[in-house]
Amino acid sequence: MCLAVPAKVLELRDDNMALVDISGTQREISLMVLDGDAAPGDFVLIHVGYAIEKIDEEEAARTLAMFEELSMLDEQLPEGEDPLA
Amino acid sequence: MSVLHQFRDSTRAQAIIERIRGRSTGDISIMEFCGGHTVAIFRSGIRTVMPEHVRMLSGPGCPVCVTSNGDLDRAVALAKTPGVILTTYGDMLKVPGSRESLMQVRAQGYQVEIVYSTLDALKLAAAHPDREVVFFAIGFETTAPAAAAAVLQAQAKGVRNFSICSVMKLTIPGAKALLAMGEVKVDGVIGPGHVSSIIGSDAWRFLPEEYDIPVAISGFEPLDLLAATDAIMQMHEEKRPALVNSYSRVVRPEGNRKAWGAVERVFSLAEASWRGFGSIPESGLVLREEFSDFNADLRFDVTVEDSTEHPACRCGEVLRGVLTPPECSVFGTACTPESPLGPCMVSSEGSCAAYYHYQRQMA
Ligand code: SF4
Repeated sequence: MCLAVPAKVLELRDDNMALVDISGTQREISLMVLDGDAAPGDFVLIHVGYAIEKIDEEEAARTLAMFEELSMLDEQLPEGEDPLA
Repeated sequence: MSVLHQFRDSTRAQAIIERIRGRSTGDISIMEFCGGHTVAIFRSGIRTVMPEHVRMLSGPGCPVCVTSNGDLDRAVALAKTPGVILTTYGDMLKVPGSRESLMQVRAQGYQVEIVYSTLDALKLAAAHPDREVVFFAIGFETTAPAAAAAVLQAQAKGVRNFSICSVMKLTIPGAKALLAMGEVKVDGVIGPGHVSSIIGSDAWRFLPEEYDIPVAISGFEPLDLLAATDAIMQMHEEKRPALVNSYSRVVRPEGNRKAWGAVERVFSLAEASWRGFGSIPESGLVLREEFSDFNADLRFDVTVEDSTEHPACRCGEVLRGVLTPPECSVFGTACTPESPLGPCMVSSEGSCAAYYHYQRQMA
């Protein structure tokens, strides 16, 4: 029920509406409860026909980099190999 | 969108799984409060890779499931009111009420329409000026802004044949009620990502601060859920309960003030009845007096006879996390997604349906 899907804004329309692309499907959604502006090219999260948040791609990349760093650490110490042995 | 797809990357996932396996938490019970998480955890197979001492529990996070039969019976009565077109989100139709489901009501010739959005309900009202379009509003904080926006739009455009029957609920009073009951041990909470996008991650600070329970707000991709689980285990291990936001690409500490502002403008808090919990004070959203014209409960005089549950159905206990679906005696036999006895088997994010679709194949 609280499922929301990422979509790319294609075009702003009258009445606070926008045309978005949701994994290849185009749909008209409302920007009425979005905090801040959205422009074509932005990624937003859509829930029951309304954009509820912008998706911060830089923040997404930062989160991934954090995972990456940790997995790199793990790669340096492969399982079963004690670097001090 | 490539950066977002990387949250499904299996190499990165494997690294986090190894870290989880290496943690020395001992027995730990982690609860997710969101039905979307329940499904995502099953679908991605996270349950199967967890070490045995990690118990994943599902809580009351499915809005369809926590809707009480009394409230559903009211929607049934509204649907049978002359002139009414009853609209609601899809999953609600198949839930058996005390006497009948909305689907059965539709089969009798009454008009019950599934809408994807409140925008569709408004369009229906515009297309049928001679009818009364009632929207049966279920959902948590994520969904409430769409209902508020519909009422504000209807008011601005002078739409007179649209109204709402609200049984929407708030997750935090629900979570607090569950913890107050003390029936289940909860060592950590996976915080609902999309609810938090509206109310903000800070809204969950009470968990570490008042209950010493670590919480990690999570998105819905496998990496999000694994990272949140790992963060909870680390906090538990270090005895340092705190709030971690692993979904910062969407969730801000303060949430979406504009969306929540619309909800607060249109609705006020009221006691609400939850399946499995009974009445919880200040846990429901009802239309404010100035929006009475859009309040279906005031516009239509419906009476509901005594509401009952199916005697065999144990959804209440499933929603409180004290019973797993296979422990229900009719799970998978008398109760299946094709002929469900309770909402937890109907809703796409109900625990019984999730177990039915994913766990049975693994057994
Ligand atoms: S299996 Fe069916 S009857 Fe049993 S608790 Fe789940 S929904 Fe209710």
